[in-house]
Amino acid sequence: MFSKGTKRKFSDGGEEISEEGLLGARVASSYSLQRQSLLDMSLIKLQLCHMLVEPNLCRSVLIANTVRQIQEEMTHDGSWHMVTEAFCSAGQSPSERLVATEVLCRSREQDAEPKVFSVISYEGCREEEVVADETLCSVSVRDTVSNVYLAGRMGQCWEKNELSGIERDEEVLEDSRLGSGEDEEIDTEDEVSTEGPKTIGQVFGTFEIKNGSPGPDSALEELFSDVDTSYYDLDTMLTGMQSAPKMGPYDLLDSLGPSHGSPSIMSTPNCRSDLNELDHIMEIIVGS
Amino acid sequence: MGEDSESPKINHSFLRDYVTEADVISTVEFNQTGDLLATGDKGGRVVIFQRETESKGECEELGESGEYNVYSTFQSHEPDFDYLKSLEIEEKINKIRWLPHQNAAHFLLSTNDKTIKLWKVSERDKRPEGYNLKDEEGRIKDVSTVTSLRVPVLKPTDLMVEVRPRRIFANGHTYHVNSISVNSDGETYLSADDLRINMWHLDITDRSFNIVDIKPANMEDLTEVITAAEFHPHHCHLFVYSSSKGTLRLCDMRESALCDKHSKIFEEPEDPGNRSFFSEIISSVSDVKFSHSGRYLLTRDYLTVKVWDLNMEKGPVETYQVHEYLRSKLCSLYENDCIFDKFECVWNSNDSVIMTGAYNSFFRMFDRETGRGVTLEAWRESSKPRAVLRTRRVYTGGRRRRGDVGVDSLDFSKKILHMAWHPAENIIAIAATNNLYIFQDRVNAENQ
Repeated sequence: MFSKGTKRKFSDGGEEISEEGLLGARVASSYSLQRQSLLDMSLIKLQLCHMLVEPNLCRSVLIANTVRQIQEEMTHDGSWHMVTEAFCSAGQSPSERLVATEVLCRSREQDAEPKVFSVISYEGCREEEVVADETLCSVSVRDTVSNVYLAGRMGQCWEKNELSGIERDEEVLEDSRLGSGEDEEIDTEDEVSTEGPKTIGQVFGTFEIKNGSPGPDSALEELFSDVDTSYYDLDTMLTGMQSAPKMGPYDLLDSLGPSHGSPSIMSTPNCRSDLNELDHIMEIIVGS
Repeated sequence: MGEDSESPKINHSFLRDYVTEADVISTVEFNQTGDLLATGDKGGRVVIFQRETESKGECEELGESGEYNVYSTFQSHEPDFDYLKSLEIEEKINKIRWLPHQNAAHFLLSTNDKTIKLWKVSERDKRPEGYNLKDEEGRIKDVSTVTSLRVPVLKPTDLMVEVRPRRIFANGHTYHVNSISVNSDGETYLSADDLRINMWHLDITDRSFNIVDIKPANMEDLTEVITAAEFHPHHCHLFVYSSSKGTLRLCDMRESALCDKHSKIFEEPEDPGNRSFFSEIISSVSDVKFSHSGRYLLTRDYLTVKVWDLNMEKGPVETYQVHEYLRSKLCSLYENDCIFDKFECVWNSNDSVIMTGAYNSFFRMFDRETGRGVTLEAWRESSKPRAVLRTRRVYTGGRRRRGDVGVDSLDFSKKILHMAWHPAENIIAIAATNNLYIFQDRVNAENQ
C-alpha cells in the first residue's frame, strides 16, 4: 500500500461509524480527529522540509495553506478552547499523534527567504492559555476571531509574544524566563532555536511535575538549557514520547479529538482553575 | 524484493531493483522536426536521441518508422553549492527546450534549479589533413624537415557529435526554475521560478527582464506560487503562467513592462460539493501547454486534465478525469507526499488528442472528439519491442475484468511524470523513472 506506517484510516472516515445513537456526535468526533491528525501531519511536513537541502516552495506553500485552513476552521468551531481543557483532564491515553506544533516553529530557520516562509505565529497571547499557546503555537484560544496566520520571521514576533504572555501570567516564572531571555538576546542567531527547547522544556517540565514523573531537576535542566535541542525534541516526540504517560503537548491535541463527544470534558470554558494549578506547579519547579 | 528466509547466503535481489537516483529521467522533449529527442536526468546529464531516417526494406510501406538511437550524451549541469544560504543546488535537469532550427547545428536550452544553459549540438564529419607545421598526430614538426608546402584539405571522417555550451544564463533566479519557454520570435525566451518570471535574450547572459513578480513584500503573506509558464506559439507578446491555486494568467507584454497584472485570468469556480482540506492542493496546476493552434490551453492538476479556450475565462471547455478513484485516498496521498507530484501533459500534433501520466506506470490518452480516455502502461515486462500496447483498466467497481488493477494495488512509486509527443507524427516518448519508452503508432492494414 502506499501509505507509510500510518495507523490511521481516516480516509474511510465515514465507514467506521455505523452505530446508532451517538452517531452524530461520533461523526463529528471522527471528523475532528481526522482534522487534527491532518493538522499534525501538516506541521510535521513543514518542519521536515526545513531539514531538507532546499525545500520545495510550492509544496511548503500548499501545506501551509492547508494548516491555515484547518486552523481557521477550528477557530470557528471553537475547538481551540478545548485545548485548555486538557489540563483538567488527567489520565489521557497516550496519543499516537506526533507533534507539538511548537517544536515545528522552532526550526533552525534563520531568516530564510527561499526556505519555508511558513511558521506559525500568532497575536495576542492570552493569559490563561500560556501553555496552550506554547504548545500549539496557535491563536489565543479564547478569542475565536483572532488572527491565525503563518508568519515568516517568527523570531522576533514569536519571542515578544511569548515573553510578554508568560510574564503576565507567571510571576514566579518571570524571573527565570527573563533570565533565559537575556541569554537569548545576546545570541541573536540562535534566538529562534534556543527558545524552542526552553519552552518545550518548560512545558514538558510542567507536565512532568504534574504527573509525578522524574523529579523536578530534569525539568529545571530543560528549563535553563541553552542547547538547541529542537531536533531532539522532535525526535523524542516522534518516537519515545508516544508511549509516555506523561501529559505532553500532544496530549492536549489528543484531548481535542475526543473532547467533542467525551463526557470527561469540563464544560466550563473558564480555565482559571487551570491557571491556579499551573501556578502551583511552577512554584514547585522554581521552589525546588 | 523478497528475502530468502532460510538461505544463509546474502540476498542480492535488492540490487536488481535498485535504480540509481541519478538516472531518473526528469524531462523529455522533441525538437521542432521530431528528429531529435532530448532527455535530461537527475544527474545533470542530457541524452539526445536521433531518429534513423533510412527506410529499411519492409518498413517502407509503413511509413517512416525509424528508430531512435543515442546521438549524443553530455553533462549539462553539475551539482553546485550556494554559499550564502549553505544549500546545495541540485544538478537535476528540470526542463529542456529546443530552439528553432536555423543552421546546420542544433541548439537547446537546459535548466536546473538556478542556471539555464544554451548548448550547441553540431556534427563534424570532416577534418582537415595535410598541415605543414603539424604532423598527423598534432605534434609540431621540425621546420627543417619541411621541404615543400601544401594546402590542407578536408577529408571525410567518422561522424562526431560535438556539444558545446554557448551561453550560460546564471544568477537570474532566487527560487527554483520550473519552466523555460522559447518565444516565437526566435530571439528571446522566458524562465519561470516559484515567484518570478524573467525574459532573456538568447545572446545576452548578463541581463534579463523581470516580467512577472508575485513575491509579496512580506513573505509571511505568501499563499500562491508560479508552477509553470509558456509563451504563446504564435504571438510573441503573449504568455501564460499557472499557479498553485489553480489559476491561469494570460499576460500581454505590450501592456506594460511588468506583467503582474494579467490580461486574462482563467479560473474554475470551486465545486462546493467536492470541497475538502485538499481542494486547494489538488487544484494546483502542475503543467500548462498551449495547443499547436494557439487557441487552447491544456492544464494538469492532480486529478484531471482540462482544456481551456483562450476566449473563455470562466472555466475549462473540457475536463477529463485522469484518476478520479484517488479522490478518496487523498489523505494517504498527502501523507506520503504523492499529492504533490507534478504531472506533465501534452497535445498531439493536431490537437485532437491529449495525454498525461499517472501512477503504476500508467498513462492516459484522451480523444477530444469522442471524449473517451484510454489507459496504457509503460512497463518493460508487459511490452516487448514492436508489441502492441494493450489498454489497461483500474478497477473501480462493477464487473471486474481480467487484467484490471485494484486501486490498492497501484504502485505509487512508479509515476509517469514526464512525456513528449512528436510534433508531426504519432510517436510518443514516455519517461518512467530511469527508462525511456518510445511508442509509435503503426499505420494500419490498408497498406499491407
